[in-house]
Amino acid sequence: MTDRVLAPTLIGLLALGAWEGLVRWQDIPPYILPGPIVIARTVVSDWGTLFPSLLVTLAITGAAFLASAVLGLILAVLFTQSAWIERAFFPYAVILQVTPLVAIAPLIILWVKWIPLALLICAWLVAFFPVLSNTVLGLTSTDRHLVDLFRLYGATRWQGLRYLRLPAALPYFLGGLRISGGLALIGAVVAEFVAGTGGAQSGLAFRILEAGYQLQIPRMFAAVFLISAAGVLIFALLTGLSRLALRRWHESELGTEG
Amino acid sequence: MTPGPPVVSLREVSKTYPNGTLALDRLSLDVMSRELVCLLGPSGSGKSTLLRLIAGLAEPSAGRIEWTEPAAPRRLGFVFQEPTLMPWARVEDNVRLPLMLAGLSRDDSAARVDEAIAHVGLGGFERAYPRELSGGMRMRVSIARALVTQPSVLLMDEPFASLDEITRFRLETDLAHLHQRRGLTVVFVTHSVFESVYLGTRVVVLSARPGRVAASRRIEGPAPRVEAFRTSAAYLDACRDVSTLLAAGARP
Repeated sequence: MTDRVLAPTLIGLLALGAWEGLVRWQDIPPYILPGPIVIARTVVSDWGTLFPSLLVTLAITGAAFLASAVLGLILAVLFTQSAWIERAFFPYAVILQVTPLVAIAPLIILWVKWIPLALLICAWLVAFFPVLSNTVLGLTSTDRHLVDLFRLYGATRWQGLRYLRLPAALPYFLGGLRISGGLALIGAVVAEFVAGTGGAQSGLAFRILEAGYQLQIPRMFAAVFLISAAGVLIFALLTGLSRLALRRWHESELGTEG
Repeated sequence: MTPGPPVVSLREVSKTYPNGTLALDRLSLDVMSRELVCLLGPSGSGKSTLLRLIAGLAEPSAGRIEWTEPAAPRRLGFVFQEPTLMPWARVEDNVRLPLMLAGLSRDDSAARVDEAIAHVGLGGFERAYPRELSGGMRMRVSIARALVTQPSVLLMDEPFASLDEITRFRLETDLAHLHQRRGLTVVFVTHSVFESVYLGTRVVVLSARPGRVAASRRIEGPAPRVEAFRTSAAYLDACRDVSTLLAAGARP
């Protein structure tokens, strides 16, 4: 346990120290590469601008994530109701997933006039696929003897789903959520980049663009830092959720106690 | 315990797998009421397939399976080779499963769940999760789940094959007692001569693929079985006989 915290902290401090040392020793100006101390100062001094933008980005991320979780689960259940549905629709889910967001984001922003909704759709497109594909995998990899047992006792389709397939798919679904959380953030940031909206309702991506135009490189770094920190936080929260839900029974959470 | 009339009769039952393999070839067998019949055969003799056919989990390709009782009140219990428990559910919820699927409420099923758990000697573990139990205890849960519907027929597919010998011996003796006490009809699939002779009131030897009945032999012994039977001369004689029958049947 101590190693799990100590080792990455040590490496992080070493890297930051080397970075700061390099910047000072080579006398690199902050508009080329700011050191970590300058960036930390900028996070504090520009908090009034950056924090509202962070909240805007997180709101889009959160909404896209929830939509991914709910729609990914519903689609997965639909897909596993019949092999025909899965065969018919799954390729299109894959196409949506592999099409680069930056290529289609301008179109979505063009079609959907209300920018927050356009951003939400973009982020959702990136984030829903892991939930869908993981949950489909979970729903279809149930212990076949348990399936036999349910048949033997005359379980209805709904009972099989409610008491067997859904619980069996839970670890897969949660695994999908962990990937999806980070992707929702990336999707939101990329979409904001493409939209490039200004004004009060602009997210962190716009702050990065804006700081770039104005050569406020430390602020750029500060915004990037906040995005990464948010991403780490999202991952940690989802990992915690997964652990909480599975700790009593699933293999992946065994050995983490005691 | 003397066996009664047939409970289920298999008439010239054949089963061909989708890949064309003939698993069972015109097999006929009567399972008598209250007997513990062991189906003994080499791997690939279609023992498990036969059990699935009796359970209605698969359809025969040819032949008929006739039950003497009407279908409606018939209660089957099935125990797989692995405990096949739901890892997310507590022991009591795993045992309750068949009753829950039949639409019984938690309150209505409580007494029967408690009774089934007590029957297999797991009182006190109702709230445990499967992963907290040993392999033998998990198998007991699986047996309790099969007993909770108070079945008249219990189908068991090599249930003790993956357990260590000490645990297996105890569960075999416990099963013999359950069979006796509850007047169960048990169809028990195994590939162990020793297990079949210890448990079975009758041993049916299946031939190598395609499976047919090669021989059927009644086993005389104490009812219910006691551990001392394992070292008796009668037991060893029966084992030798059944081994000979198995070797004869295994020849193509």
